[in-house]
Amino acid sequence: MAVETGQSVVKAADVQSIRGRGHRPGKKPGRLRRTLTTHWYAWAMVAPVVTVIGVIVGYPLVRGLYLSTTNANEANVERHIGVNDIPATYESVGLDNYQAILSDGVFWDRLSWTVVWTVSCVALSFTLGLALATMLNRKLAGRSFYRMALILPWAVPAFVSVFTWRLLFNEKKGLLNKILEGGGIDAIPWLNDPTWAKISVITVNVWLGVPFMLVAMLGGLQSIPGELYEAAEMDGANAWQRFRHITLPGLRTVASTVILISGIWTFNMFPVIFLLTRGGPGDATEILVTYAYRLSFVVSPRDFAGSAAWGVLILALLSIIAVAYRRALRKQGEVW
Amino acid sequence: MRRGIAATGLIAALAMTAAACGGDDEGSGGSKGGKLSGTVTFWDTSNDAEKGAYQKIAKGFEKLHPDVKVNYVNVPFGEANAKFKNAAGGNSGAPDVMRTEVAWTQDFASLGYLAPLDDTVALDKADDYLPQAAASTKFKGKTYAAPQTIDTLALFYNKKMLKAAGVEVPTSFDEVKSAAKKIKSKSGKTGLYLRGDDPYYYLPYLYGEGGDLLDTKAKKVTVDEPEGAKAFSVMKDLVDSKAAVTDASDGYNNQLNAFKDGDVAMALDGPWSIEGALQGKQFKSDKDNLGVAPAPAGSKRQGAPQGGWNLAAYAGSGNLDAAYEFIKYMSSAKVQQQTTEELSLLPTRTSVYDVKSVKDNQMVQFFKPAVAKSVQRPWIPEANALFEPIRLQLEKVLSGKSSPEKGAEGIGDAYRKLLKDYK
Repeated sequence: MAVETGQSVVKAADVQSIRGRGHRPGKKPGRLRRTLTTHWYAWAMVAPVVTVIGVIVGYPLVRGLYLSTTNANEANVERHIGVNDIPATYESVGLDNYQAILSDGVFWDRLSWTVVWTVSCVALSFTLGLALATMLNRKLAGRSFYRMALILPWAVPAFVSVFTWRLLFNEKKGLLNKILEGGGIDAIPWLNDPTWAKISVITVNVWLGVPFMLVAMLGGLQSIPGELYEAAEMDGANAWQRFRHITLPGLRTVASTVILISGIWTFNMFPVIFLLTRGGPGDATEILVTYAYRLSFVVSPRDFAGSAAWGVLILALLSIIAVAYRRALRKQGEVW
Repeated sequence: MRRGIAATGLIAALAMTAAACGGDDEGSGGSKGGKLSGTVTFWDTSNDAEKGAYQKIAKGFEKLHPDVKVNYVNVPFGEANAKFKNAAGGNSGAPDVMRTEVAWTQDFASLGYLAPLDDTVALDKADDYLPQAAASTKFKGKTYAAPQTIDTLALFYNKKMLKAAGVEVPTSFDEVKSAAKKIKSKSGKTGLYLRGDDPYYYLPYLYGEGGDLLDTKAKKVTVDEPEGAKAFSVMKDLVDSKAAVTDASDGYNNQLNAFKDGDVAMALDGPWSIEGALQGKQFKSDKDNLGVAPAPAGSKRQGAPQGGWNLAAYAGSGNLDAAYEFIKYMSSAKVQQQTTEELSLLPTRTSVYDVKSVKDNQMVQFFKPAVAKSVQRPWIPEANALFEPIRLQLEKVLSGKSSPEKGAEGIGDAYRKLLKDYK
């Protein structure tokens, strides 16, 4: 449909331009003008979206980039509060913020934990999701019940889940420790010990992430033609061989996409960390985004410039990862 | 020029409120011209056990000024600071009157969020305020809040549990440790709950060793001197020797629950927890079982931080006249007497301490001398920001990831970064 419209517009535009420029032969219309006249209809169609995206994504992005090169904070930005008119007094500091962040151990500490957190969350939820999807892809009694039950974590609002987990994890009154106590095992300081806190946040995030993986994998599995399995069985392939040589390659396109998406989500998974531990104990579970939040909402005066610089660094990191990941996939012959 | 307009506005406002409230102090707001009307939004930060009483008191303002509607909003303490800053800085949704922690007042004022109260009706009978409480309301020579309540940390103890273990009320952290040993051997319960998640609770240990966070006069960071490290090692020793239990999260509720359920015999807490503690099973039917003693001393002295709450008006409030009048009401002697009677909170007015019901209040009897001796915190805009570095190091030290010396050093380094002109 869209293609047809485009073509007719092209024809119409050509006719017009020939007529209009009749008296100046030899001079071809400029390239920009030509694309504009050729595709004006398409541009008109996307204009509202482009405008909206420009306002809600582009402007904050550019503003953030700008702020990250200044020393803006809560005390020197412009404010109008009742009779108090406070002018902006922040100034440009070039790349000082970035230099300060990159030469500070805090950034590298947070980055290494963020990487550990992302990789382990994605790996675990992917493996679990794939295993569950494979199981649920067979005909078994009550299959739809299991599928519904496994989607549940996704249906519950994240903050409700996280608060529930927080109650379970409570060291003295929590259910998990009560169960351990019943088994004669010492209470575990779930959220109070740095290592256990890390394990706890990963557990919760995996619990929240498995349904997404499950659904995506299930879809992928169902798109693999059954004949392949039949043929393999005829050739005497055992279950593992079938899984290894049919299921996995068949899932590759779906898997590579969901891994990238869930990697980006997990990298920036603010609510789980913030609501479960607030980045604590100390700063043990603080990831890059929760630290950026801390800079612009917790410390006083709020460090807008520093927070913006962290945000830009996070964006840059994710862009690099995404591009590198796509390259790697393309080398393996995937079209993405 | 702007200043001129502001001054004119202020004078006009003063004239109006003076007209409205001249004469009878308890007046009903007057029925003739210039009377107060509209809405006063009040953000209260009192906790769950206290908020019912505060709401009732705040609504009492409507009886005095029938045309003013009080919009009472309870904002949990943990969120209040950030929420107010978001609203005030973003110019939308900020309350007319805010209950600010003493260390927030200078922070908010330095950012231009608060209206100065000098020469307004809000500061009624200012000579009556305890000098210590009044000190926390000043910033650069102006007054930005009216003190509402004053407090400090003290040792809450379970009388029966101490008696059963045959120990006296400890007066130092050394005695806490030995008492805890006896309590553990008698009942298997833990002696002390030590807040490992809240930097405020580091202060009694620091002051106890004779240290302080900063020397504001000499513009010097003092927390990384040996006293700061000693404070950490005292805390760590209490936890390591099992004399105390701690948490790195949810400390407020965990402490209160552990104490009121009788899982621990002692806890460092303030008057804001009296009401909550009395609702627990150890104290509900036997209020006398709750004992309060001065915060234990360190090796040098006894010292607990001065805390409390002030009432401030948002500079951008559309109804400043009513806000001033509301602050005057909420910090009045009568309301302070009421909060003492109902919640055992400490008044900031010397005159209220002469009222019989206040004088007879057991908690006041205890807390008043404690407050008088409490250590003033540095009243600088960064005062609230001083806590975050302590929180980080506290966790590192208590979990054994960092030595007490390293911990104190870490706080000092963070302070020098935060306070540019300090050495």
